[in-house]
Amino acid sequence: MSLPSLDPETTPADRPAPRFFRRGPWEMAASILIGLGVVMMMQPFVMVAFTYSFIVTLTGTVMFLIVSHFPE
Amino acid sequence: MSNSAIERAAAATPPKLARRVRGLSDRAIAWIFVAPTIFLLLAVNIFPLIWTIRLSFTNYRVNRPNAEVEWVGLRNYQRILTDEDIWQTMQATAHFLIWTIVLQVLIGFALAWLINKKFRGDNFWTTIIVLPMMLSPAVVGNFWTFLYQPQIGLFNYVVSFFSGVDPSSFSMIGEVSLAPWAIVIVDTWMWTPFVMLICLAGLRSIPTSIYEAAECDRASPWRQFWTITVPMVLPFLMLAVLFRGIENFKMFDLVVQLTGGGPGSTTELTSINLKREAFEKWRTGYASAYAIILFVTVFGLASIYVKALNKVKER
Repeated sequence: MSLPSLDPETTPADRPAPRFFRRGPWEMAASILIGLGVVMMMQPFVMVAFTYSFIVTLTGTVMFLIVSHFPE
Repeated sequence: MSNSAIERAAAATPPKLARRVRGLSDRAIAWIFVAPTIFLLLAVNIFPLIWTIRLSFTNYRVNRPNAEVEWVGLRNYQRILTDEDIWQTMQATAHFLIWTIVLQVLIGFALAWLINKKFRGDNFWTTIIVLPMMLSPAVVGNFWTFLYQPQIGLFNYVVSFFSGVDPSSFSMIGEVSLAPWAIVIVDTWMWTPFVMLICLAGLRSIPTSIYEAAECDRASPWRQFWTITVPMVLPFLMLAVLFRGIENFKMFDLVVQLTGGGPGSTTELTSINLKREAFEKWRTGYASAYAIILFVTVFGLASIYVKALNKVKER
């Protein structure tokens, strides 16, 4: 694992983001939540899935809005 | 001429104002130009959205302005998400959305591919194909109602001609099993040209040199199609799907004219159901919650779709 540069001329934007806050996996998780919510909302099989579909979609959408501001 | 107009405008500016403007930074001048648009956006989009969110937590009815408005918390959301009729309209919308997009993409792409094969009169046929898109949805809904008439409608006679079924034995907009397909057919007829035009723009943007290089490498037409044509048209196709998806999610006029949501509530899409709740039953708070649910769904879908579109463009 490479350590962040200690060069005093390195600006905060140049330093790699902490591994936990990388955009990719979080965006993927948010997209899966949104997709799952939409499928739950429109499926014709289980009423309970429809009931909880909105909360799943809302969580995914809010999460997507937040994590899309994370660094790449 | 224009210089003199500028000079005249400058001369007409009161010296006090001119001094004040001259002292502004570039950033401040940029803000002055952008501010009216931002104000309009806030007034027309953001404020109604915030107001709708607020109303969705109340029992407000717009036809009873003097009645006391109660804060009901999440009750409207709870009632919507446990309502079997609304679940039914979601399924009707999903059926309409999925089938119209699949058919429009397949037929639109096929038509664009044919039109792109430069033949005599291709411009004439493009104009003919594009005509349905130029009609008003209300007009299209009305004349397809006549086409679907079991006794006098042309559609039933065409089906009868090819299948041998008695034309008056079925009614496209009167039968529960056929009505969802009736609206899919009409929307596909009307909006396939739109997808075709976007695909045509994509096909015409592919440089011929790529195909020539593929020919030199002895790539078969089938291989050229899958490794050159499809990947290069994909961003255009995805854009067409995004536009049609959002449009069809809020489809209203065409279906109201054609079936009015019937028979029963078989073709009652979410937008029709929402309009009934808001402007026939006057349950404004409830309808606001319903609108917020639809908004979050479309917004979420559009977000992941735009992300996918950007990834395809980067390739």
